[in-house]
Amino acid sequence: MAVDWASSTIEAGGTTLHVKRGGRGQPVLILHHETGTLDDLPFYDALAANHDVIVPHHPGYSRSVRPDWMRSVRDIAVIYRGLLSELKVAKPALVGLGFGGWIAAEMATMGPADLSHLVLVGAMGIKPPQGDILDLAITGYMDYARAGFHDQKAFDRVYGAEPSVDQLEMWDICREMSFRIAWKPYMYSQTLPHILKTMRAPALVVWGDDDKVVPVSAGKRYVEALPNARFEIVKACGHCVDMEQPEMLAKLVSAFIAGR
Amino acid sequence: MHLMYFTEQPMSAYDEKAGRDFGATALMFSNKHFDPVAGSRLYNNYIEQYMLAEEVGIDGIMLNEHHNAPFCMQAKANIFAAILAGMTKKVKIVMLGNPLPLAENPIRLAEELAMIDMISKGRLVSGFVRGGGQEQLATGVNPAFNRERFEEAHDLITQAWTRTGPFRFEGTHYQHRVVNPWAVPLQKPYPRVWIPGVISKETIVWAAQQRYPYIALNTSIEQTKKIWELYDQVALQTGYVGGPENRGYLIQVHISDNEDKARENAKQFRWMQGEFTGLAHPVWSTPSGYGSPTNRRAFVEFAAGRAINPRGNTSFEQQVEDLRIIYGTPDQVVKKLKRILEQTRPGILALWGNDGFVSQEDSLTCIRLMGQEVFPAIREIAKSLDLNSPFDSNAPVHLKYSTDLKPAKAAAAE
Repeated sequence: MAVDWASSTIEAGGTTLHVKRGGRGQPVLILHHETGTLDDLPFYDALAANHDVIVPHHPGYSRSVRPDWMRSVRDIAVIYRGLLSELKVAKPALVGLGFGGWIAAEMATMGPADLSHLVLVGAMGIKPPQGDILDLAITGYMDYARAGFHDQKAFDRVYGAEPSVDQLEMWDICREMSFRIAWKPYMYSQTLPHILKTMRAPALVVWGDDDKVVPVSAGKRYVEALPNARFEIVKACGHCVDMEQPEMLAKLVSAFIAGR
Repeated sequence: MHLMYFTEQPMSAYDEKAGRDFGATALMFSNKHFDPVAGSRLYNNYIEQYMLAEEVGIDGIMLNEHHNAPFCMQAKANIFAAILAGMTKKVKIVMLGNPLPLAENPIRLAEELAMIDMISKGRLVSGFVRGGGQEQLATGVNPAFNRERFEEAHDLITQAWTRTGPFRFEGTHYQHRVVNPWAVPLQKPYPRVWIPGVISKETIVWAAQQRYPYIALNTSIEQTKKIWELYDQVALQTGYVGGPENRGYLIQVHISDNEDKARENAKQFRWMQGEFTGLAHPVWSTPSGYGSPTNRRAFVEFAAGRAINPRGNTSFEQQVEDLRIIYGTPDQVVKKLKRILEQTRPGILALWGNDGFVSQEDSLTCIRLMGQEVFPAIREIAKSLDLNSPFDSNAPVHLKYSTDLKPAKAAAAE
């Protein structure tokens, strides 16, 4: 069944956000990767089949304008809490994908009782005990984007074998914003694992078994830090589980939110 | 006319094949290919070159710095500036320059430069640069704030040099409780600041707004003319008329008493496979946020291997044809340089004399001929063309020390 999506621009916390919303049911806020997001993705459709799905474009990424003042990932988390109250959405489930996982985790620490479920998929935000997070700054646009996939045919399905110049340009804009807010330490917070202890809602931590962007050790660290977390490994899958195995991830998330 | 000698201080003892095999000679090219024994020999060779440059009457020695690459051995230009401050007597020590955004504490830079100025008895020219993209990555500095940090560090340093301390500095990128350095420059109001660059418009505009001379680095005659067009236009808007004292030019010139040998040695200017700062991945040389947003589209196409380098990548023959590389006997070199002087009218000229694997003997010959034959002839030509340096014309160090500012309209009418 086709989802009836609506896109709008919404003022939240002094910045303008591009937000796409569709579907019915329990509200789910999906937070995208540091490579931005395409307008339409099968994962969004699959989840909107039985949820009220809200996909904001992060400030400075994709279709949302860049607030020049922004200096940290926590700033985005605060803006998104403002967005939720603007939309009058109470107790949503948060689904954070990669970099978006970091934002979701920061949001969870700001109001431990304000969300129903937390799902982190290949999340950045914690220093991996083993290995390092792949460095955008020294990796080419295509190499970086392709590193998110176990099966390169899956990349081709999402972006095309030769992504457009518009896409390359968008990756550069997203990169610049990531540098502005997550340069040092690169893509993690030193305090996040400590303050995550305040979390109340159940958490699901999902990792592709071939994640070349964020080492799986970071996932294990998240599970240790979160008081009520479960770990799920997706086989034959890279960092971008949402783009490589959308149906599988939607199933995992739906079952988790439904309490199954 | 102010005439200078420049060398990149190449680390020519590195394994060239290793660079080609790795596919890059910058940033991530392993330092296992750096040989400190050769490094020690080469550093001392460069000191010998600089001492000869002073002996044969060259006005200035131009210094720079780069990181993680064999094309330039100077990891800290202030080290060589300090050495020259103590070892030489007459030459200007022209730093082009200190990469300001790389500094986490610009007050330390202000102190180092003040010490160099005092020890050299007022011979420092303190140029500033943004630093290449690779330099930001090599030192862990955020490329997205490069230009903001450049301008703010400049403000902090010039305040540290000119305001009586102690005072407090609360900037966006730099915050300092106490600014009160007990080393201040000998030259007043402060040492001359020259701004080198390749092409970025924002830097040209900024330099013209400060009334700092802009030094075009090895640009083609056409590019150089466009740079001066923009600089002069901003100068008029700012209230002064741009001239040779605002214009510097660096060019690759190898001189020998034998034309064939000169040609062979001049080919070494291409030793980094046609790249200025070593062969590298485009995203290393231009990290996101470092370049101008107006170039973003052209750049990503190039970085993804779908377009040619927007900076151009020409052959040795073409560069010789375009007068970006000059070689020959002193007479031959002077003739070609005369054309550049006539067409672009700089008051500051730096010759990048030696590069790559040129032997120390040939390097010293080049410097000797530069000082004893080429520069005396250039001085005469400059005189006939009225090409005055900032020293000749006693130009103000910064716009705010100008005594001749006119409203924009009056300046434009001149």
